Amino acid sequence: MSVIVSFEEYSFKYSGTTFYALRNINLDIYRGDFILLTGPSGCGKSTLLRSINGLIPHFYEGEYTGRVIVMGHEVSKSSTYELSRYVGMVFQDPENQLFSSTVEREIAFGLENLGLSKEEMRRRVDNVLQILKIENLRHKSPYELSGGQQQKVAIASIMVMEPEILILDEPTANLDPLSALELFELLARLNREMNITIVIVEHRLELITSFINRVLLMDRGRIVADGAPEEVFLERTSKLLGIGVPKVINVYLQLRNRGIEMDRPPRKPEELAVQVRRLLQRRSSK
Amino acid sequence: MRVIEVEDLYFSYNGRTEVLRGIDLTVEKGEVVAIMGENGAGKTTLIKHFNGILKPTKGSVRVLGMNTKTVPVSKLARHVGLIFQNPDHQLFAETVEEEIAFALKNLGFDDDYINERVNWALKFMKLEKYRKSSPFTLSGGEKKRLAIASILAYDPDIIIFDEPTIGQEYLHKQRLADFIKYLASKGKTVIVVTHDVEFVAENFSRTVVMANGKIVADGATREVLTDPEITKRARLIPPQPTQCALLLKDLGVPERVLLDSELVQSIVSLLKHSMIT
Repeated sequence: MSVIVSFEEYSFKYSGTTFYALRNINLDIYRGDFILLTGPSGCGKSTLLRSINGLIPHFYEGEYTGRVIVMGHEVSKSSTYELSRYVGMVFQDPENQLFSSTVEREIAFGLENLGLSKEEMRRRVDNVLQILKIENLRHKSPYELSGGQQQKVAIASIMVMEPEILILDEPTANLDPLSALELFELLARLNREMNITIVIVEHRLELITSFINRVLLMDRGRIVADGAPEEVFLERTSKLLGIGVPKVINVYLQLRNRGIEMDRPPRKPEELAVQVRRLLQRRSSK
Repeated sequence: MRVIEVEDLYFSYNGRTEVLRGIDLTVEKGEVVAIMGENGAGKTTLIKHFNGILKPTKGSVRVLGMNTKTVPVSKLARHVGLIFQNPDHQLFAETVEEEIAFALKNLGFDDDYINERVNWALKFMKLEKYRKSSPFTLSGGEKKRLAIASILAYDPDIIIFDEPTIGQEYLHKQRLADFIKYLASKGKTVIVVTHDVEFVAENFSRTVVMANGKIVADGATREVLTDPEITKRARLIPPQPTQCALLLKDLGVPERVLLDSELVQSIVSLLKHSMIT
């Protein structure tokens, strides 16, 4: 697996604050990772994301030591424009990101600065509309769309730049649960089919856990756990930090405390149900 | 005592599309009620009727006996605190403590009381270290806590939260849940609009579900959230223990499971039973 982003002894402090928002981060992100970034509020999640696409240190000023390297480019020495070819960022509130009169124009906007031919632009827009299954929205105004649709358009306008890495800061905060689930399914598809590397800050652990391969748990500017979701959620630290774990993991833990051991911790209700059936079979065959 | 009485409420923003279509709802003093439903179902429009920001197009809303159509918003505001989904729409002061003091000053309280309430709210929402900070330097979750603190500070009778758990980790949700229970024990009425099924399952005894401007379910949370017809219609995803119990229905797991501890109990007894037979 190739390293696509790496943090080397990286620390960052915002101007005008007294404490470091990130402290001595050492982290390798691999191509194809689908990472959930979680931890108590104020732990540095958003700061970590901004350090990948160059908003830090180019837009948010402050002091830093160490370095962040994205696809061979040192972030502090590369412009955000240059970095935008590799990293796309999606925010909590898509309305802040949308401003064009039609969805098609919205998506094409970023391309206009790349000096592509009309044909290439059209090809890319058509392609992304198709991949995200939003061809039906092409001629609509972004403002008449639902929150879920708006968030898909925001992702389309980023994907059209053909980035390698997608970073998302609580993208489902304003969506209802089913719309959030649809968005996660879409991200999983981009991850699986196009090998897009994804780093997402998200509080809906019970919905996202079945899609990710890795969890980074942060606390006071540091990464305190890094591993497969079930590993991290089973760690004592998760409980101590009060991030909560998906209910299916809770059920697994409570059963284990009562001497009932399953093969592995479930990531979703379907897996838990399968494990329960397996336990029953094992008992009845004894 | 009925603190909120909604009768056949219709509302439209532009005179054409009706956002609320015949809402009937009664809330008793000290009740804790969750309002759920997909985006656009009319939840936020409904709660904006409770402090008089919106007036019925048809039907009526009475709050503590006051008809919201005739009583001014300023009078209702003393009794009804509404905490909005997006704290950026609510915050504007230079410092965190001024933000909390603002409503208290407007309501004409004396300085000593204001100080006492500001300190209490800062402490309760764990914002003491940000007292002198600008609200805009806070993280999303901290802003949310500040918005809550600034309403709780003036001690209204009815407290309405619009999506309070967004961007909040489990620990803060638990603190919020504990506080809601504490408020209810003091005779406050608490109404919470939320998508968070797990939060509702664990903390609310009554759940109202809306879809397309109507109330499609109103009852015990257990009955409402374990009914696949209702959750499907309102585009809700049932709690994970409920989903799992439904998948194991054929083995004899009860259908109305809501909490993880209940699911654990039924799995344990399922396994015990299989040992015997």
